Amino acid sequence: MELILLIFLPLAGAIVTSFIKGGAAKISALGFALASLCVTIGLITQFTPDATTQFAVNYPWIQQLGINFHVGLDGISLITVILTNVLMPLIILASFKHDYKNANSFYALVLFMQAGLLLVFTALDGFLFYIGWEAALIPVYFICAMWGGKDRIKVNMKFFVYTIAGSLFMLLGIIYLYLQNPANNFDFNAFYALELDKYQQGWIFWAFFIAFAIKMPIFPFHTWQPDTYTEAPATGTMLLSGIMLKMGIYGVIRWLLPVVPQGVNDWMCVALILSIIGIVYASVIAFTQKNAKRLVAYSSISHVGLIAAGIFAINLQGLQGAMVQMLSHGINVIGLFFVLDIIFSRLKTNKIEELGGIAKVAPQLAITFLIIVLGTVALPGTNGFIGEFLLLYSIYDYNIWMGAIAGLTIIFSAVYMLRMYQKVMLGKTNELTLTFTDIKGTEKVVLYSICILIVLLGVYPKPILHLSEASVQHLLEQLKLKGLN
Amino acid sequence: MINSLLWLIPLLPLLGFVINGLGRNTFSKNLIGIIGSGTILISFILSVVLFLELSGSTQKQFPVELFDWISVANLHIPLSFLYDPLSAIMLLIITGIGFLIHIYSVGYMHYDEGFGKFFAYLNLFIFFMLILVLGSNYIVMFIGWEGVGLCSYLLIGFWFTNDSYASAAKKAFVMNRIGDLGFLLGVFVIFTTFGSVEFAKVFPLAANMMPGAATITLITVLLFIGACGKSAQLPLFTWLPDAMAGPTPVSALIHAATMVTAGIYMIARSSVLFDLAPITQNLIAIIGTATALIAAIIALTQTDIKKVLAYSTVSQLGYMFLGLGVGAYTGSFFHVITHAFFKALLFLGAGAVIHAMHHQQDMRHMGGLSKKLKITFATMMIGTIAIAGLPPFSGFFSKDEILAHAYQENKVLWAIGLITAFLTAFYMFRMMFLTFSGKYRGTHHAEEKIHEAPSNMTIPLIVLAVLAAVGGLINIPHVFGGNEWLAHWLTGAGVAQHELSLDHTTEFGLMGVSVLAAVVALLYAYTRYVKNEHVPVADEAERSVFAKISYNKFYLDEIYDAIIAKPLNAFSKFFYRIIDKKVIDGLVNGVGWTANEGSKGLRLLQSGNVGFYIFMMVFGIVALLLYTYLSIA
Repeated sequence: MELILLIFLPLAGAIVTSFIKGGAAKISALGFALASLCVTIGLITQFTPDATTQFAVNYPWIQQLGINFHVGLDGISLITVILTNVLMPLIILASFKHDYKNANSFYALVLFMQAGLLLVFTALDGFLFYIGWEAALIPVYFICAMWGGKDRIKVNMKFFVYTIAGSLFMLLGIIYLYLQNPANNFDFNAFYALELDKYQQGWIFWAFFIAFAIKMPIFPFHTWQPDTYTEAPATGTMLLSGIMLKMGIYGVIRWLLPVVPQGVNDWMCVALILSIIGIVYASVIAFTQKNAKRLVAYSSISHVGLIAAGIFAINLQGLQGAMVQMLSHGINVIGLFFVLDIIFSRLKTNKIEELGGIAKVAPQLAITFLIIVLGTVALPGTNGFIGEFLLLYSIYDYNIWMGAIAGLTIIFSAVYMLRMYQKVMLGKTNELTLTFTDIKGTEKVVLYSICILIVLLGVYPKPILHLSEASVQHLLEQLKLKGLN
Repeated sequence: MINSLLWLIPLLPLLGFVINGLGRNTFSKNLIGIIGSGTILISFILSVVLFLELSGSTQKQFPVELFDWISVANLHIPLSFLYDPLSAIMLLIITGIGFLIHIYSVGYMHYDEGFGKFFAYLNLFIFFMLILVLGSNYIVMFIGWEGVGLCSYLLIGFWFTNDSYASAAKKAFVMNRIGDLGFLLGVFVIFTTFGSVEFAKVFPLAANMMPGAATITLITVLLFIGACGKSAQLPLFTWLPDAMAGPTPVSALIHAATMVTAGIYMIARSSVLFDLAPITQNLIAIIGTATALIAAIIALTQTDIKKVLAYSTVSQLGYMFLGLGVGAYTGSFFHVITHAFFKALLFLGAGAVIHAMHHQQDMRHMGGLSKKLKITFATMMIGTIAIAGLPPFSGFFSKDEILAHAYQENKVLWAIGLITAFLTAFYMFRMMFLTFSGKYRGTHHAEEKIHEAPSNMTIPLIVLAVLAAVGGLINIPHVFGGNEWLAHWLTGAGVAQHELSLDHTTEFGLMGVSVLAAVVALLYAYTRYVKNEHVPVADEAERSVFAKISYNKFYLDEIYDAIIAKPLNAFSKFFYRIIDKKVIDGLVNGVGWTANEGSKGLRLLQSGNVGFYIFMMVFGIVALLLYTYLSIA
């Protein structure tokens, strides 16, 4: 029942908030997001960190088609639920500085998306998973299309069509699996148990891979992402980069690996190579970006490429690294986008060349921004290091050269991140940045929370690693049984 | 007692960082100074107490586990410390010299508006440096390793409103990270080879391996790449001279006495591994020697007092690597210690000069300062004699130990080392004479304001001068009837250097030659800069080819820019504008365009003309019938 509460609380929040006029809408949204966080904390305390699926709920829904409302939590989904519900209040709080028009619709959409995300992360039924997948996409499309920058319509069309196209591949895959399933239902475990031959697995691998690769995105399916992140309103960018892209990563772990292990075995090398190309390629592009938001967008492609590569190397360190890194990347990337939003809302620009010297006039922002940058470049002692270390080890374990090339991210991320920090924060204050005022109010709350999380996770990651370890180990054992080496 | 007190040593500076960081704008400068220096002083006292405890103990290894940090499957990384003779000495150096430099900074930074921030950063640096040397495994060492890099970044860019300082800070961090990638990969190989990253597990297992095994060579080369970044060796040394952008106490503490010697510490710590990899040892010796020589050549013509000292540091680090490469682990570590004394002294002395000269660093505008800066002059002279390798000051003993081992291993390395020693003595005395002798060359207005530094700056100078003078006593070689205390002490940490099998006559001969080289260099510098009153020419003046190469630092920055930075930026633009925007996005849009145009074509079919629809229907029926007929037939 806890999970019903977990999923329907934001949905109820969306409905309530949509009726609240004016500035109170954001308060309402924050209230519901915090309530969801409390529910999550309750779930964590009751969760036994073993490989079992807990809090499971299974109601028949469309019986003729074998569709059930079947949700549950294991260690892997718990991490993504934590990610969603920890970031949501921060993202909503980060939006407090804006007075969006039609705030009630805006925040209702945000909460609706949260419900969709939670459905994706807890679903144990393929059909339900797909519903959640699309239910998370549609609100964020509207958020970006209605509250975004001046190029929003064209950019969003591409984003929407691109991801919908990816979803269709996935839908085809799900339907195919359903047709192969003698039990005639969409149950995950039934899909896991299917005996598909090599060719079937290959095709399904690609159907799912493309859907997930677009979502994350992995090179070369990424070209929607920089434009979308740049044009979306800050909240939309944070939702997309902080949480939504993790649907793709989660999909790989939840679907790709256990459903088509043979397909993974045959194609993991290609997936690894694409991911690693993405790491280097996006980093190199980030070197010379003129718009800070676009720079962070490319850096996100690079970081997500590392997560994907670590997963496709298929070992415990990589998968556990991916778990921590999903969380860390979410925290860090919304931190970065929030800082850029703070700068944009004060100075109306994110162009690196026009900024500079902000550290002099805004020391608090300078410190928090620096901590976020350090988390992003994975300095030991910050959250980024734990994940990056485990992921790089995993890739190295698969192939030392791939490890070395993926490891370039250590150098490259320092290059583009510190370049951005220098151009934006350091140097002489110019006429524009002279007027800059330091962070205050909700801005402080959000940035301090993010910084505390960065250090906390970096110094003591054990509780998080502990939550997912048994489930990840179980997953790997299943894969081994199916002959994946 | 060691188990219960050890964790306090790094914790206190961390506390100092937090307190001063939070109170940087509200506390008085006195309070900040007391918190900043006091925490380090207590850490130093604790280090001394534990050192005495360790001396009296038969047990030489004290592991202290704090908590489980990262643990995934068999990859198990606790946050744990190892207190042994090697880390004990490092603790003394870091907290001892660190304390002196904190005291000095109270005077040096007194009028800086970032006073509180400066002390917070300095304490944070001490914390990470202590973690680096206390770590009982490579990953905890790596926390400190990157942490000191961060502090170095923050302190080089301390005056960040100057864009070139901020760039220097970034350069230092990035070049260090190149090394760090090597370090990290090395740790990965260690883990897959030995199943652990704990020193206590890795070294005993390694001892059973074949010398020259490929994995050991790989591990040691990768670790050495890490050391090249941190300890500024070819080809990664160009960040260190730029790092002089930071306040001078930072140059003394981080970029001379402690952080830059982390690479030597790491290799000495891993000496078991390096002893098994003769190829890597040769590589280290060659890189070290080349760095020592090239940096010394550059130092010959520099006119900025801090730049001379910076290149001198690079060159001395090169010596230490030469020592490591020829198996003189204790010799190198000995030089780490003596160098920490005399180079910290020289930097702080240069700081006193710069302080007196109101931020003038160009020696062409100095001269004749010995009359006004008596203490600074006297102490720096002691430091100069020590680094030049004149007996009986500290540098003589440590440098000659390295050179003797080099002679035993390879005469060419020794000869280059000797030439470098000659150059070192020359550029150091050149610096001293240009700064302190002859007539004052600055403006009259500035001359009146020149004054000796306050006592909180001169006292550290005097203490360091004493250490630089007598520091050699800790490892007097057998030739002089000494007992090589340091070498014995370090065997307790598993650091054992190769035996020196030279007879006493040869050893005395080698010393005689290097002392002679230093004396000749001194006399030559004296004739040129004191007697003939030669002053280096202005920047734009014509130079000989050799002087040009030296003055322009072998054009290394320009070369790196041309072969690395520029191509990467070009790739960046090419990837973005062509591959991303045109090729990949072109394909994506092409798919969209095809669908769009295709649907436009299909739309034409729905013309609204009923006759056309009926025609198509009939056509369809006929086609169907035909198909059925044919398939039956």
